[in-house]
Amino acid sequence: MTVTRAEICVTACADAWRGDGEILAAAMGTCSILGARLARATFEPGLLTTDGGPLLTAAPVPIGAPAGEVEGWMPFRDHLWLVLNGRRHVMMGASQIDRYGNSNISAVGDWHRPTSQLLGMRGAPGNTRCNPTSYWIPRHAPRVFVEKVDVVSGLGWDRGAHEIRRVVTDLAVLDFDTPDRRMRLRSLHPGVSVAEVVERTGFELVIPEDVPETRRPTGPELRVLRDVLDPGGLRDREVRS
Amino acid sequence: MGALMTVEEIVGSVESGMTLGIGGWGSRRKPMALVEALCASNVTDLTLVSYGGPDVGMLCAAGKVRRVVAPFVTLDSIPLEPHFRAARQNGTIEFTEYDEGMFMFGLYAAAHGLPFLPTPAGLGSDIVTYDPSLRTVRNPYGDEELLAVPPLKPDAALLHLNRADARGNGQYLGHDPYLDDLFAKAATNTYLSCERLVTAFDGPPQTLLVSRMHVTGVVEIPGGAGFTECLPDYPRDEARQKRYVEAAK
Repeated sequence: MTVTRAEICVTACADAWRGDGEILAAAMGTCSILGARLARATFEPGLLTTDGGPLLTAAPVPIGAPAGEVEGWMPFRDHLWLVLNGRRHVMMGASQIDRYGNSNISAVGDWHRPTSQLLGMRGAPGNTRCNPTSYWIPRHAPRVFVEKVDVVSGLGWDRGAHEIRRVVTDLAVLDFDTPDRRMRLRSLHPGVSVAEVVERTGFELVIPEDVPETRRPTGPELRVLRDVLDPGGLRDREVRS
Repeated sequence: MGALMTVEEIVGSVESGMTLGIGGWGSRRKPMALVEALCASNVTDLTLVSYGGPDVGMLCAAGKVRRVVAPFVTLDSIPLEPHFRAARQNGTIEFTEYDEGMFMFGLYAAAHGLPFLPTPAGLGSDIVTYDPSLRTVRNPYGDEELLAVPPLKPDAALLHLNRADARGNGQYLGHDPYLDDLFAKAATNTYLSCERLVTAFDGPPQTLLVSRMHVTGVVEIPGGAGFTECLPDYPRDEARQKRYVEAAK
């Protein structure tokens, strides 16, 4: 069975929540949302997931589908309190990210008069200060992986982050499992070379001597992803093979 | 007893230079009819306090805004709000940028007369870099430093709810109240538009989000959330929202 790049990405996102137990898996972006639901549907059944809105669904639901049976209510206000409570691991997006995991979703250029105004801080400062945080970057590029982010929305390891666990991209999985918490190449997706990742990263990554290949989804994982969670193949619109 | 007002009366009570709180969240249950009426008025120099969406964008485009206080401005299904972006990039507005949770604490503080609420959210980020007025407090029972979020206290708040009565009680029927009750409690005067005025409320009492004790005026405006979503009465009008974005180009 041929596995697509998007399917590798979804599985890699799912693996970020491995071992988290009974906490809210909060996700933004198609592959990240699918990853949370895939983890819950397979190896991490204790996770809580939403319908993309304020409902905690009784079971992981297909992307874009109605909630069906619900097991709880999580309106925005309670989401914001849960950030402080801590039983939450969020996977965010980032327009820029640096080697310690500082991220920017606020503005590009000088904050006082940006060349490109983005979303704003959103919940990134609180998320990164209080909860384990991972990132999903659908397009690994030097303009995203920068020496220095223009605005610090999400805190990195060097600015008091609670924990920046994982960065999953369309090319690779990265983590901060280094003595000084610099970003490290953890695994390469099948068919991707170290050189390609280096070329598309705007700072010097820590690269171990042997970089393993990102694991492929198991048969049951692939069936759940393809037949239940994303039968319409939305994942392939975010990451093309 | 009666809180019924016209749109003209509501907009007429908003004065230049005021701090205006706007309920809803992003492109969800925004009081767009009131916002549009405000855009057509001669009010200027507003400070907007909002989980921002097209409300912020339209008022920026109409030249009504001096400062925006917000954790984001987004159209949800379209991530970036074009008019807000233009205002920021052209330098025509000032911006106080908060974390979402910090912003909620600012409303909680104002709603309850507290001088601040402590939170770790925001510390370490560039929020504190770009707002030097922010202060920290030391935990008197421990040692850690926390951000002291000051009250976000609007002179007036504009909200849109699904149902209301003529006395000014407001009901939401969707799945998320957003922070509308906090805006109502935080503001000096709160004005409510609703999809439908009712004489008696259907549904569980916990859907009665806003109490008349916090409401100065109420008006019935079917479709008053504009193209933003107002569930269960109507979803976001994605086609209209898209036209709004394209017209901004």
